[in-house]
Amino acid sequence: MAFSIYDFTDLAQSIHNGLSSSLTPVWTTVIEWAIIGILYILFVALFGLFLVYAERKVCAAIQQRIGPNRVGPYGFIQTIADFIKLLMKEIINPKGVDHFLYNLAPYIVIATVFIIISMFPFAPGLQSFDFDIGVFFVTAVSSVGVIGILLAGWSSNNKYSLIGGIRSGAQIISYELSVGLSLITMIILSGTMQISGIVNGQADGWFLFKGHIPAFIAFVIFIIAGTAETNRGPFDLPEGESELTGGFHTEYSGIKFAFFFLAEYMNLFIVAAMVTIVFLGGWQPLHFGTGNGFNAAMDLLPPIIWFFLKVCTIILLIMWFKWTFPRLRVDQILTLEWKYLLPINLFNIILMSVVVLMGWHW
Amino acid sequence: MAEYREIIFNSDKIQTDDYFVNIGPQHPSTHGALRIVAKLEGEIVQSIDPVIGYIHSGIEKMCESLSYPQLIHLTDRMDYLSAHMNNEAVCLCIENALQVEVPERVKYIRTIMDELTRIASHQLWWCATGMDMGAMTTFFYGLRDREPILDIFEETCGARMTFNYNVPGGLMFDIHPNFQKRVKDFIRYFRKKLPEYDTLLSGNVIFKERTKGLGVLSKEEAIAWGVTGPSGRASGYSCDVRKLHPYSAYPYVKFEEKLATDGDTFWRYQLRIEEMWESMKIIEQLIDNIPEGDFAVKMKGVIKLPEGEFYQRVESARGEFGVFIVSDGKKNPYRLKFRSPGFSNLFVLNELVKGVKIADLVAIMATLDLVIPDIDR
Amino acid sequence: MKALFNYIKEVLGGFYTLLQGLGVTGKYLFTPWNYVTQSYPENREKLQMFERFRGEVIMPHNENNEHKCTGCGLCELACPNGSIEIISKSILTEDGKKKRIIDKHIYHLGMCTLCNLCVRACPSDAIIMGQKYEHAVYNRSNLTKVLNKPGSKIMEGIKE
Repeated sequence: MAFSIYDFTDLAQSIHNGLSSSLTPVWTTVIEWAIIGILYILFVALFGLFLVYAERKVCAAIQQRIGPNRVGPYGFIQTIADFIKLLMKEIINPKGVDHFLYNLAPYIVIATVFIIISMFPFAPGLQSFDFDIGVFFVTAVSSVGVIGILLAGWSSNNKYSLIGGIRSGAQIISYELSVGLSLITMIILSGTMQISGIVNGQADGWFLFKGHIPAFIAFVIFIIAGTAETNRGPFDLPEGESELTGGFHTEYSGIKFAFFFLAEYMNLFIVAAMVTIVFLGGWQPLHFGTGNGFNAAMDLLPPIIWFFLKVCTIILLIMWFKWTFPRLRVDQILTLEWKYLLPINLFNIILMSVVVLMGWHW
Repeated sequence: MAEYREIIFNSDKIQTDDYFVNIGPQHPSTHGALRIVAKLEGEIVQSIDPVIGYIHSGIEKMCESLSYPQLIHLTDRMDYLSAHMNNEAVCLCIENALQVEVPERVKYIRTIMDELTRIASHQLWWCATGMDMGAMTTFFYGLRDREPILDIFEETCGARMTFNYNVPGGLMFDIHPNFQKRVKDFIRYFRKKLPEYDTLLSGNVIFKERTKGLGVLSKEEAIAWGVTGPSGRASGYSCDVRKLHPYSAYPYVKFEEKLATDGDTFWRYQLRIEEMWESMKIIEQLIDNIPEGDFAVKMKGVIKLPEGEFYQRVESARGEFGVFIVSDGKKNPYRLKFRSPGFSNLFVLNELVKGVKIADLVAIMATLDLVIPDIDR
Repeated sequence: MKALFNYIKEVLGGFYTLLQGLGVTGKYLFTPWNYVTQSYPENREKLQMFERFRGEVIMPHNENNEHKCTGCGLCELACPNGSIEIISKSILTEDGKKKRIIDKHIYHLGMCTLCNLCVRACPSDAIIMGQKYEHAVYNRSNLTKVLNKPGSKIMEGIKE
């Protein structure tokens, strides 16, 4: 079995060959699906728990605390213990909830996460789906998650939840625009919507550097809008714990709450991964031009490590925002989108088109 | 838009109901067991109705059965963030009634402790305001800087919040030998940290946008509702008891009564930050000049006030705090009434929140600096 | 044109204030070893309370199991909330006189507000404030304490 940390294409191919040599094509597909599914579930659970731990440590550092330090070395097992606690907790169904929607909502939210993550290339050959409209698919699916939040707010039979759900709807639908437009800006530069195509196009330099000014503006806007879309940072209005005591997930407990919680952190990962793929070259090492010594040195680090390094940096940045800024008000959040981000974004698209047309990018 | 509303709300077919949300008694932003019934239209607050009394403990009634030295410790439990001012108010009232002149040393120490308490209270208020606005980190920075003050208190009078440091006629102990050094260290430290508060929260564009022009309280309204303290001074109502009716060592120090004219949430916030600077100035003027002398005058074993009515006001961290004692010449008061600043400051809230969002309600409530035991007593 | 200029200025100015805020938190974020937390149960041995710390009322005894309390009851009178009860008994002294001495000095920690008035009232400094700060017990009755140790006597030379 050929295995290389630098390129997973051979590994995937040899697994496929091994399976199909002994099984019928139908069973091959089923088993491959099962393997991929288990891998994604493991990844979401473990990386989600890691993110929860990381956030607690990051906010502790910002607030001059130690953070979790009791369970395991440096409190590393703390989030796993918390997760086990959540699993064992009673699932409370409050009186008067719409049972079907109330139970459905967390699954919508978590299922969206899985669908989007399946689009991401973690390393060469480590990608499940590769559409020719990949970026479009990601933005389309990510807006399904808001339905889960809206349903949760609506069906909980709680006024705080309802306000939180409605806020979340207004917010996410608005910020979809900015996310979409800043992605379009980069698609103009890359010339393709296919995620593998975008990543491969950055082999001789990341788009952030290739598209200089317009790409940088798009980068900033994407991070702001992405943070807003994950209900985090200064945009955590749907939860708004000082106003709404928990917002849309006030009434959830146990594993259903864990789903919302996990989905929130995985959405954080999704935003960071999208930034990485579109602006920072996905798994591509830091390259300038082609075939020089610097590039060769950068190639020594495996692509999967590059990917997660960049993702973690962006996540750190977003966490840093969250623990610094006060929360915006609901009308300000919409003002920010419609009066600032959207016009800047439209202008930026024109700027990027001019840059691409004139060939000013690298 | 108006037509649309008319169709929705005045239609015979669609039955609408007022949308009430209970904020509290268990809610993260009421800082205690305060219940606010908010009538909403969507996100917009129509009117609110504060419901108080969830932690009413009958302190005024309890005081009637306690002797004068005993009842002082109960005032710690009212406005626990300005406990020393409350203690001092009762002591000043008793001393005035008995016409006892306390030593200069006592006056100086009381004033320094007052101002330290004021800084500590404003620090905690700053933490909580930041947290209500969603900036969690402010909470920890404020508490971090409050810790040295609490250490000073603990070293001086043995407790961190409920001091009971004043007794009629003076203080319970003399200051600790380390007191001056520690206070000076703290002032040096806090002068460096206070600009950080400005950079982190006051200068922040999000914070400014959220607070400027929000919840405007006019000077007339402030006077009419009896809003005192920094909340009243933000509206231009000059109500600083330290200036108007100086007590303890305040006549000896130079300080400014900070006033603003806007009366909005931002200025209520800003004035408290500026008060911290002023408090540090007052402490610096006094700390090196504490005169030698006794820390208490000898009082009788059983303190009996002459028959009559006595009132004493002090400036607590939240506004004017008054003590009204009716004495019938016995060793315990016939009636005792506290004028607590939080009570008046809370009930102006309904005037401020008409037409604002829920998030603004929380912000306005935060800058009124409510302490619930102070309201409920 | 001026409106556009103002718009850009507003956006950039807003960003600048946000960056300043990030600078404040970033300073601490990248120096995580500068924390101010105390690891509480670990530093229990080293944790030293201030000498005036008011933890509980205690009655110090010397090595001969003697205390200074005469049982005069002034602390009981001074206490605002009845946390102190003095139970005294009469004994016959050697010269045949009746004398009242302390039998039990009962202290209800659960009711105590640690106001220090009893310590102030005590004429013979028999009770002082202790340094103990961990008062959690499993049973409420454990909060009621008898301050004078069994079999203890009053110290020589303490006048009534």
